[in-house]
Amino acid sequence: MAKAPLPLEQLRDQFGPHLNYMPEGGWHKESRTMPDRLVKTHCCFCGQQCGIQLKVRDNRVIGFEPWEEFPFNRGMLCPKGVKRYLQDNHPDRLLDPLLRTNSGFRKATWDEALSFTARRLREVQERYGKDSVAVFGGASLTTEKAYLMGKFARVGLGTRHIDYNGRLCMVSAGVAYKLAFDVDRSLIPWSEIPKAQVLLVIGANIGECAPITTDYIWRCRDNGGKLIVADPRITPIARNADLFLPVRPGTDLALLNAMLHVVIRDNLQDEQFIAEHTSGFEAVKASVARFNPRMAAEMTGVPPEAIEKAAHWFARAERAIGMHARGLEHQSKGVENCSALINLALATGHVGREGSGCTMITGQGNGQGGREHGQKCDQLPGQRSLLDPAAREHVARVWGIAPDELPGAGYSAQEIMNAIHAGEIKALFSICFNPAVSLPNADFTREALEKLEFFAVTDFFLSETARYADVVLAGSLQEEEEGVTCSAEGRVIHIRKAVDPPGNARTDSEIICDLADRLGRGKFFPFRSPREIFDELREASRGGHADYYGITYEKIDAQMGVFWPCPSLEHPGTPNLIQGGVSCFPDGKCRFQRAEWRDSGDPVGPDFPIFLTTGRVVSQYLSGTQTRRIGGLVDIYPEPRVEIHPRLAEQHGIADRDWVTVTTRRAELTLRASIVRTIRPDTVFIPYHWADLKSANKLTHRTLDPRSKIPEFKVSACRISKSDAVPPWAATEHMVRINIPAGVPAPKGAVD
Amino acid sequence: MFGYEFYVDPSRCIGCQSCVKACEECETHRGHSMINFDFIDRTETIGTAAYVCWHCDDPTCALVCPADAIKKGEDGIVQSALKPRCIACSNCVLACPFGIPKIVPEYEQMMKCDMCYDRTSVGRRPMCATVCPSQALAYLRPEDIARRREKPTNVFYFGNQKITTQVYMMTPPEIDAIPADITELMWETPAGDTKQNA
Repeated sequence: MAKAPLPLEQLRDQFGPHLNYMPEGGWHKESRTMPDRLVKTHCCFCGQQCGIQLKVRDNRVIGFEPWEEFPFNRGMLCPKGVKRYLQDNHPDRLLDPLLRTNSGFRKATWDEALSFTARRLREVQERYGKDSVAVFGGASLTTEKAYLMGKFARVGLGTRHIDYNGRLCMVSAGVAYKLAFDVDRSLIPWSEIPKAQVLLVIGANIGECAPITTDYIWRCRDNGGKLIVADPRITPIARNADLFLPVRPGTDLALLNAMLHVVIRDNLQDEQFIAEHTSGFEAVKASVARFNPRMAAEMTGVPPEAIEKAAHWFARAERAIGMHARGLEHQSKGVENCSALINLALATGHVGREGSGCTMITGQGNGQGGREHGQKCDQLPGQRSLLDPAAREHVARVWGIAPDELPGAGYSAQEIMNAIHAGEIKALFSICFNPAVSLPNADFTREALEKLEFFAVTDFFLSETARYADVVLAGSLQEEEEGVTCSAEGRVIHIRKAVDPPGNARTDSEIICDLADRLGRGKFFPFRSPREIFDELREASRGGHADYYGITYEKIDAQMGVFWPCPSLEHPGTPNLIQGGVSCFPDGKCRFQRAEWRDSGDPVGPDFPIFLTTGRVVSQYLSGTQTRRIGGLVDIYPEPRVEIHPRLAEQHGIADRDWVTVTTRRAELTLRASIVRTIRPDTVFIPYHWADLKSANKLTHRTLDPRSKIPEFKVSACRISKSDAVPPWAATEHMVRINIPAGVPAPKGAVD
Repeated sequence: MFGYEFYVDPSRCIGCQSCVKACEECETHRGHSMINFDFIDRTETIGTAAYVCWHCDDPTCALVCPADAIKKGEDGIVQSALKPRCIACSNCVLACPFGIPKIVPEYEQMMKCDMCYDRTSVGRRPMCATVCPSQALAYLRPEDIARRREKPTNVFYFGNQKITTQVYMMTPPEIDAIPADITELMWETPAGDTKQNA
């Protein structure tokens, strides 16, 4: 039913991505005309949530100016932030709702589009049951919108199936931190980083994915701190590493367990901290006994001496911080990986003290806030469990329904797609999610989307996923609706509205509330502004771990952000969690978790002897829906390339820029080679931001971590071969550039 | 800005090109970036470097200009070529030991970094040094730069030519170099032993 209505080439011509290079009217006109005002807000790209000022004139964003007073980034911005304003006034922008026809999409009125959406959702639910409709949300939404999506699914539609694209982000860390501390947040604000004597950065390409954090790390080194980096690639943050551990993909657990083994073997553990503040140490001690450095070297490819040195540095430091990101988390043992790092921090007493702790570097714009207030399949606002009767009662009361009316826990994001493929889920309502690019095994995802009986998408551009939709609701960019987000630090910040949505586009929360009304549930969605949603969210989160009750927009402005929990209006917020080693569990103990080895779901073997790992580049954000439309960013790294070590390349006769076909058990992909000495010779790397025949996720597999349900993006098995033929996408596709100033050369990549 | 100096530290650069993109957004030359940015040799290293003009005390570009179009102000800032005088001959491009000046064909004029004169003259930091996420480009007071591991210098030798500059280069501290090839850091199973994930 939901096949793309036109050939992809025609859809691309019509809806992009086209490359926008200049503000409307060109550089010169803009340079001579002053903005009406500067709006202090935050960058929409990534969990750093840098402060930025947007230049606004005549209800249009025309440029940016650094915001030097905001304490987190003090004016610093990566290129995504600098060029972010070019997503505004973009010619690909959806200005009206769209309905699919036999020959493409046609513009519709809001009344037509929303009535149709409500009718189809009702029809599907009447025919197949409430749970035959699923909802996808996203972690680039403001917290108000994320909260609204959770309520919309459970109260508006009455389905148990809602999950979000944060499922592809840091949920493994979330589970591990809940197990250890009963709270899912970075234990520390970033101001602790320069105070550490040792930083252990594992599975985190900080220079490209969290660029502002670089300055914090360099300042730590200025203060005499040592930097340990573990990664299958020498990434930019490793250029100043004091110790680099070239860990084989999927073996971080062995490395971390071996470090703990060395700590215990050499009697460097903090016995007093373990005795007073933790439980479960003995079981973990037994579980790491077999991970001696020699055995771990076999598994990880890291020299035994380097493992010992890293363990000694970390344990002997008075203050040490473990920092991790998707590298640890995107594995079928993602939770175990994070637990192993937490175990190391607990065993050495590096929790709850100044300049110490561990932190997941949350990736998405509102990756933290988007996972706190009920957008996850098993969660209610305030980081409450959907299975907890007291939590159900509290939230049901705030929402004005009976606790029994709240559905139970539903499927996670990949499980929803699996259920669509299996025919169990028949309709999907999606916002802020581009699964056609971001979910693993992209051909499977396409098949699933084509099976949907009804598919509605809310988006500001026609994403690759929206091509399959029956109706596309023209929504809003971050700068078009007020709200809050929560940064990677746990700092709740204020997103100010800069402009109204253009044309007939509407704000996301208006769309959701209107749709709820048409579903006959309007009385539960009486919100006239984001502030009213936030006020209800404050009540709903009250008493939960992520308690927002004491946070107001005014307090955020006055304090430059408020760290949750903030239980009362007088409370200043809580930058440091687990202070003094006291966890959020009733007994206050931090809990060691056994982190047992499990093999990858896509093991390397004779037919597929090479590891494939995927990741990001600095100039693109997530599935590229926004950043693949900004010329200045695309020019930095125009298309995905396969990173290959010269030793491996030589075995296959591959030279730099040759076409290389990468084949996994699911699909093959032909891209240009980038021959670099900075990647392990048993591994190749492809960034994932692109769609269709350039999509790294054609190659990846759907194995999930059993607890966090995160896909194993970081470990697949592949083989490679030189390709003599130019792939079809390169022969036919040309990037359409618009608004381009004279004299600008054709896009030239970083590695050209 | 009084009391502030410009410092360049390639060892901190992460290659994100935020400086390149932000320079292009500056109102006095919007659409043209004045940053010199290089991937040093991507096959061999992740090393990258971003530079602004060094603003020499005795600028070679001005010395070789046949049209007397390149001027240094009292503040020590070497400006882009004066539009009415510049003949776009590229002498300066060839002569600058740092490779900074560029001819903009559209204007038939040499344009280069002017240390964000429009910003620094009203007490703001240059655009590139404001946004740089790694502070490889930094505009700081000398007492702030003194907290870094690296040390500033503004004396350069090119053959027999000694050049002193307004902008400082940070020089690396004495540490063991990181090998550029990852295999030098790896542990590999000895030949004949094939088990991998024990």
